[in-house]
Amino acid sequence: MSAAFPTRWRRPPQMIRSRAWRVVLAVGALVYLTLAIGTVEVNWTRVMVGLERGQRFVAGFLQPDFTTRWRDISAGLVESLTMTLTSTVVGVLISVPIGVGAARNLAPAWVYAICRGIIAASRALQEIIVAIFLVALFGFGAFAGFLTLTFATIGFIGKLLAEDIEDLDATQVEAIRATGASWLQVINYAVQPQVMPRLIGLSVYRLDINFRESAVIGIVGAGGIGATLNTSLSRYEYDSAGAILLLIIGIVMVAEYASGHLRRWVQ
Amino acid sequence: MSVRDISSAEMPVWHHRTAAGRLGLYAGWLGLVALFVWCWGLMTERTMWVFVWDAPTAAADLMNRAWPPRWSYMERLWGPLWDTINIATLGTLLGIAIAVPLAFLAASNTTPSRTLLRPAALFCIVASRSINALIWALLLVSILGPGLLAGILAIGFRSVGFIGKLLYEAIEETDARQVEAVAATGASQAQILNYGIVPQVLPTFWGISVFRWDINIRESAILGLVGAGGIGAQLQASLNVLAWPQVTLIILVILATVLVSEWVSARVRHALI
Repeated sequence: MSAAFPTRWRRPPQMIRSRAWRVVLAVGALVYLTLAIGTVEVNWTRVMVGLERGQRFVAGFLQPDFTTRWRDISAGLVESLTMTLTSTVVGVLISVPIGVGAARNLAPAWVYAICRGIIAASRALQEIIVAIFLVALFGFGAFAGFLTLTFATIGFIGKLLAEDIEDLDATQVEAIRATGASWLQVINYAVQPQVMPRLIGLSVYRLDINFRESAVIGIVGAGGIGATLNTSLSRYEYDSAGAILLLIIGIVMVAEYASGHLRRWVQ
Repeated sequence: MSVRDISSAEMPVWHHRTAAGRLGLYAGWLGLVALFVWCWGLMTERTMWVFVWDAPTAAADLMNRAWPPRWSYMERLWGPLWDTINIATLGTLLGIAIAVPLAFLAASNTTPSRTLLRPAALFCIVASRSINALIWALLLVSILGPGLLAGILAIGFRSVGFIGKLLYEAIEETDARQVEAVAATGASQAQILNYGIVPQVLPTFWGISVFRWDINIRESAILGLVGAGGIGAQLQASLNVLAWPQVTLIILVILATVLVSEWVSARVRHALI
């Protein structure tokens, strides 16, 4: 007896099981897309003019001009690199006490609340917006950039360090505490050895991020290579801009590779 | 011989490191401090310290001028806010459309050519990642002129690297046995991809996309600073005329949007995993 076994197999839906929801989501997505694309106004004549510029940019990117503006470029690079290093060092130094304070297993509730507040504030505000305000307060230049990056570093390292401290092996802390160690000695002998490799890894990673950000905050006047790039683009000097971009890409790639290596070596 | 016979001078003291190790460590820290001091000198060469010492007064002055936010300005922010969300969403879609094929080309287990296409795809991913969205926008505004299109393309190009990198790593980590099982049924290459690999990476893919969308909302809010449309353009306009109460309001709106998008993305990723 040949029962009607199905000879074809249809794959069951993979993400959303209910058919009604799938239809609703698909229709919603379609409506949104038509609305969204409808609001995009494109000035095609301007784009056509721009295409010629785009060609010049690609040409400039393929034949970068490092020499003509080399003094500006090197000054920008030095500013960016020094800003990156100083802000990472200062940011890590400040974020260590904040990270310890934001770990629930080490700090009393009120210290915890304050430190978490600082971390949340630093993480919620984008670097650019912070940079705008700090440039308004401290004047144009690398110092405002340094402060911006330091502020951003505090939120990043503080949060990850606090989470790491909260996850650490409690038995070791208890063992040190059982010897009669003070709070500082507990930190020094039980907490620090456990989180140090990760803290170093995070700092190196943040160094890498800070360099990328330093290339951006220059656009709002906080010094560094971003300012040079902005100037060269607004003068339509695409060959210099191409050179700067290639330098940024090169440094970011080297930094990423080196920081990955260093982190693997430390951990 | 009792323990007491050992005088304290010959009692060995436990040290964490050997003498050479300690010396090396101190030298390393000293080197870092020296580097820091040197960099600090270079960086602050051109700093006008007058402005820095003046900063607390300037801050108080700024706070006075920026508070309270000008709430009535809100009615002119709804349009730019909608534009910002569109830039982020359409940009993410564009990024996905470019990143998915690139990820399949870059993953070592699905790439058609290991010598030629894989390095090229990896280079595209790295190049896209190392240029910030704001720099992409700066370039595209200079080429295409100001407007939403430049913003969407900037967000899209920056997303390619992020989505591509995470997706190709997910593809490389797929379970080879499932792929082999599908291949053993006599499936074609396309069918292997469709039935062996796609189901395994689909949840990761949606997670990555929603995560990137959340980041893109943050980034698109500031793209307007360089002329790429959205609420950042309003921010730039207000900054140019020093209308600080409007600036405060715009930053509050951006913060609220970012919080909402973060909440949405956390919910969606929680539901997916």
